Amino acid sequence: MWQTLQTALTPYIFSPLTVLLCLLAAGGWVLGARRLARQGRAPSMWRTLSFFTGLLLCYAVIHTQFDYYARYMFFMHRIQHLVLHHLGAFLIALANPLPVLAAVAGGRRFPLLARAFAPLRRVLFDPVVATLLFVGLIFFWLWPSVHFDAMLSLRLYELMNWSMLIDGVIFWLVILDPRDPRQARTSGFGVRFLMLVAALFPQILLGAYITFSEPGLYDVYAICGRAWPLSPATDQVLGGVLTWIPPAMMTILGALVVLRYYLNYEQRGD
Amino acid sequence: MRIPGLLIALFAVLLAGCGESPVAFHGKDITGVMDDLSFTLTDENGDTVTESIVDGKAVVLFFGYTHCPDYCPMTLTLLAQAMNTLSEQEREQLRVLFISVDPERDTPALLKEYTEYFGPEVIGLTGSKDQLDDVTKRYRTAYGYGDKDEEGNYEVSHGLAMYGFDKSGRVRLLMRNDQPVEQVADDLKALTDL
Repeated sequence: MWQTLQTALTPYIFSPLTVLLCLLAAGGWVLGARRLARQGRAPSMWRTLSFFTGLLLCYAVIHTQFDYYARYMFFMHRIQHLVLHHLGAFLIALANPLPVLAAVAGGRRFPLLARAFAPLRRVLFDPVVATLLFVGLIFFWLWPSVHFDAMLSLRLYELMNWSMLIDGVIFWLVILDPRDPRQARTSGFGVRFLMLVAALFPQILLGAYITFSEPGLYDVYAICGRAWPLSPATDQVLGGVLTWIPPAMMTILGALVVLRYYLNYEQRGD
Repeated sequence: MRIPGLLIALFAVLLAGCGESPVAFHGKDITGVMDDLSFTLTDENGDTVTESIVDGKAVVLFFGYTHCPDYCPMTLTLLAQAMNTLSEQEREQLRVLFISVDPERDTPALLKEYTEYFGPEVIGLTGSKDQLDDVTKRYRTAYGYGDKDEEGNYEVSHGLAMYGFDKSGRVRLLMRNDQPVEQVADDLKALTDL
């Protein structure tokens, strides 16, 4: 039992970068939450739970034995990206982590750093850019020749996974920002609905395309060998459906949260 | 909009930066993408050997098993046909490593019998699970076993790639068995010339 668990939790390929970034994120939340608690503004238990569930899910799919299956089965790879880009990123963003992480700095201000990052943040959090990047990255990494190279090269593979996670968190941060858009000057709720719709249809099309294409679209899994003897056709159909249905469901979930915020502020506004 | 442009440029650099090579292979050039040739396995005589057995030779490596119904014999035949078009000196500079990922059935004796059929340049190797995991992880390939039928036969999934290494053991080339014989021969020759 203990041995099985240990094997399951051992990363297939150890990545110091992954350990470091996950520890920084977890440590940042703990420290920031304690600072905020001293001011009586501690994040709720639900936010903490959402943040750590999201972080743990992401860690589990990239740094345990799961990663082995994600490298050698197309449909497992799609589950991995579903967690990184949708589910895990969604939970992390739902926790509204930026104020907590910013609290790590305490009273100190870093005007130079802030000024350097402001334009980057403005661009990446722009609704059009965020949506284009969100959809664009899915298409980019699923482009068969790019996908082939990413699965062969360790460097590209790591870049692929981290770009998916970071991009996912940014997109969902824009969508799930709980502040009143009129006061915080963030994207309006209508714009967020449009972002979700704009991101939804290309994903459905891509998922359907993969599902109904001739098998062998992603032949890197045949060339590198599958984790167990599963027919390439089944693997591709499963992967296509996983690109198609669950992301669409996450979009609906996102829309529900936006709707809730909207109703909340509408009532207060009256 | 400068930032997305930068990102695209970054991707382009990363993709292009995977390694320059002076030769144009028909197969895929993977110079620098994976580690140099290295392994500790059991040879056809049951002895533990390392990559030093192919010191100074260009190497084609691939994974399979002797009970393989289609892919492995096809690939070994393709390689044997391509080798036959090379001169004797060129063949002398080249070794084919056939690594069986099915050590339960592929004993050294069986491997010897199997590889001899495809020519003297073909060397059969296998190893313990740890040894095989080590070498398969190195070359981004996986293997797995299907369920046994009543007679104890089972399917084995394995990678279909042939990996080419130059004489100093650097990884250079990824070939697939749908390349025509002439193209495989060209690539083998290019490997020995590096």
